[in-house]
Amino acid sequence: MIPMRATTLDNGLKVLVQEEHTAPLVSVWCWYKVGSKDEGPGLTGISHWCEHMNFKGTRNIPRDEVKGIIEQFGGTWNGYTWIDQTAYLETASRDALDRMLFIEAERMANGLYHPDDCESERTVIISELQGGENDPDQLLDQELTATAFKAHPYRNPTIGWLSDLQTMTRDDLYGYYRAHYVPNRATLVVVGDVEADEALRLVDRRFRPIPASTAAAPRRATIEPEQTGERRVTLRRDGTTGYLKIGYHAPAVTDPQFYPLLLLDAVLTGAKGLNLWSSFRVPPPQRSARLYRALVERGLASSISGALLPTAEPFLYVVSATATAGVPLADVEAAALDELERVRRGLITDAELAKAKTQLRARLVFESDSVTNIAHQLGYFETIAEARVIADAPARIGTVTLHDIGAAAQAMLTAANRTIGWFDPLAPGGPDAARPGPIARPAAAAFRA
Amino acid sequence: MATALAPARTRLDNGVVLLAKQTTATPAVAINLAIRAGSAADPAGGEGMTWLLSRVIDRGTAARSAGAIAEALDGRGVTLAIGVTRHLFSLVCTCLADDFDPVLDLLADVVTSPSLPDAEMATRKGEVVTAIRQDEDNPAVRATEALMALLYPPPHPYGRRTKGSVALVEGFTRDRLARLYAERFTPSALTAVVVGDIETGRAREAAARAFGGWRRPAAPPLAVPSPPPVSGRRRIVVPMMNKAQADIAYGFTAIRRSDPDYYACWLMNHALGQYALGGRLGDSIRERQGMAYYVSSALDANVAEGPLTIRAGVSPANVERAVASIDEELSHVRGEGLTPREVEASRTYLIGSIPRALETNAAIAGFLQTSELFGLGEDYDVRLPGLLRAVTVDAANAAARRLVDPDRATIVVAGPYEGA
Repeated sequence: MIPMRATTLDNGLKVLVQEEHTAPLVSVWCWYKVGSKDEGPGLTGISHWCEHMNFKGTRNIPRDEVKGIIEQFGGTWNGYTWIDQTAYLETASRDALDRMLFIEAERMANGLYHPDDCESERTVIISELQGGENDPDQLLDQELTATAFKAHPYRNPTIGWLSDLQTMTRDDLYGYYRAHYVPNRATLVVVGDVEADEALRLVDRRFRPIPASTAAAPRRATIEPEQTGERRVTLRRDGTTGYLKIGYHAPAVTDPQFYPLLLLDAVLTGAKGLNLWSSFRVPPPQRSARLYRALVERGLASSISGALLPTAEPFLYVVSATATAGVPLADVEAAALDELERVRRGLITDAELAKAKTQLRARLVFESDSVTNIAHQLGYFETIAEARVIADAPARIGTVTLHDIGAAAQAMLTAANRTIGWFDPLAPGGPDAARPGPIARPAAAAFRA
Repeated sequence: MATALAPARTRLDNGVVLLAKQTTATPAVAINLAIRAGSAADPAGGEGMTWLLSRVIDRGTAARSAGAIAEALDGRGVTLAIGVTRHLFSLVCTCLADDFDPVLDLLADVVTSPSLPDAEMATRKGEVVTAIRQDEDNPAVRATEALMALLYPPPHPYGRRTKGSVALVEGFTRDRLARLYAERFTPSALTAVVVGDIETGRAREAAARAFGGWRRPAAPPLAVPSPPPVSGRRRIVVPMMNKAQADIAYGFTAIRRSDPDYYACWLMNHALGQYALGGRLGDSIRERQGMAYYVSSALDANVAEGPLTIRAGVSPANVERAVASIDEELSHVRGEGLTPREVEASRTYLIGSIPRALETNAAIAGFLQTSELFGLGEDYDVRLPGLLRAVTVDAANAAARRLVDPDRATIVVAGPYEGA
């Protein structure tokens, strides 16, 4: 494999280039260190709304020429916003490389934010929020996160709270854009059928003229105080199905306990890998996992899942279960907590650890099967920590011991550190039927399309 | 343009077809097994039986327990995804190249000798019933299912719910599932596709070892009729007052995949509801009017005449305006037609996107499986650009006049909405 090239332009833009000559394609991602954790009161959802606005035309890409600009190369483009980051991508034929770099340079420096487009997008985003509200599992995820965090801004949903979306102005959006979309807070990634020197030359030509800026304050967030007692949130609404979530405060990706807990999650619910863009679209191998056997094989739940996502600051490890029709949520919860307690007491076997390591190694191979996925991983980890995290992951996974997992589980899986959420369905139209209130999308990645 | 796929195609003497393609991008192999036994083969009164079979088939074989199968897959990091479409029952996974032989042998065991244990039946029925209950609380699913039921009334199989109903699923017995399996799962109904870091000769040997001894008589042909013509406009509402957003499903019966106008219909649909952010429909409803987070159209040209479906998610206050906008765009496409520029843009995109669509092992395997189902040939990836280039603007507009007509539209609205 050809080694990755990394450089930093004079204006502070980090550039990562990886040659991959497996298909006549190239993927360009531009990452910004801005996400929903950077939003203040009255402005929740602004990072995601700016992401939408950055598909609306720029000084040198007229509004009516946006459509088709990458499609004419058979390409796709998209973006997403989450708690730590905002990212944009294009993947297209290799001859489109300079066009992709042009689009990203324009997006960084020359967005228009026309007032009419801001207004039109307000209703699109509120529609996106309402679509999320239709899903009880998403509703519960959002409520659980908001309950688990009382100080850190990870508590806010990426899409924002409805009242902020109704009142934010064009000037709010444009000011936020200008403060955060600067080269010294961005990473540009190029992966594909390119020659690295040529790619770096093209990047330099497109991005060097964009000046650095220190308009945005340094990123600073309140440290979430240690949770001192179990919290609960129960949603009672019209519905057909019960959902359970148990969330534990969990370490950031740079914490030594992250990999032991990643293996613990593999033992509990099957290994997912580390690619937020692709891995969660493929279910994990989990038929022999602890919680699958304890809940699904016993008929208590129709599905289970676990999520330990790599984040810049401590976030949550969330276990989710869908109650089988007719099974009380209390029974599902009791069985789940029983299994989690068993694991906390250190009852994982050597064979389980070996299997979890094999699963994770395989997933790391599977999630690197396209230039888009490889580019995502480099940019994602450079933005929340450093790019080498992904290259180091197999070795880090390999060194984890049963003792490491036991210590991490002891620390995390305590009653005082957890928040338990129920979506307890009421028969639609019944006497206690509740109507939806102003609840927004959960703190999950908000994809544009 | 990428190199031609040129898969190696072999038919074993029992009728199993193998398509193999070696790639070396990652040390992994995608396996895609498809049996021509989709939900259209559900017996009368057995709506959902194929779906339940898909939940049980990998829960034990004559030689392996459910637990042994789970360990064999999980221990190699393999997720086996079993899916059911109208015409295919698919088992799909990716494994490390080093694990190819044992994983293929395991999959062959699952396909050729499932034991369908009673205890597993009971557990999986609970899962399916829960999934049906979740669907009943999902406006997008309710709208789509209601649309299909209207477009494809009984006895047409496309109008049935793939998962069936709670009452039907609870009544299914192991014997009925075993009969369905025995009738439909036969060597001549199976296509095995293997794409990845494995020589095609080795793939062929492995497939012969895994499936060569499977002997069963061919399944009886499955006749799927054409849907009845729709002469007028229909509209129904599925009130779901506990929801925040309404889902609109607006559609027509369309064409078979074998229809000579397929490529004109595909290009027309792409320009209408897919190009960039939803084609013309997206321009109007999302970009200009800001009414919806999503709107798009999809053409499902299938073994029989599948639907052309337009879907949108909108605020309940915007339902009428969104339906009127869809009507208006369809009238324009039928009347003035698509412009040459629109047709060319979609054509350029579809041809240019082929290398991206065929980048990964799993994507290539899916493409080859579809090509085999519709008899498109092993050189379909090479011929496809020419087939798209041959479509004229007049042909695309004739396709629009043939397929989309607001006066014959069937419309379903599901969500917090009780009608105009």
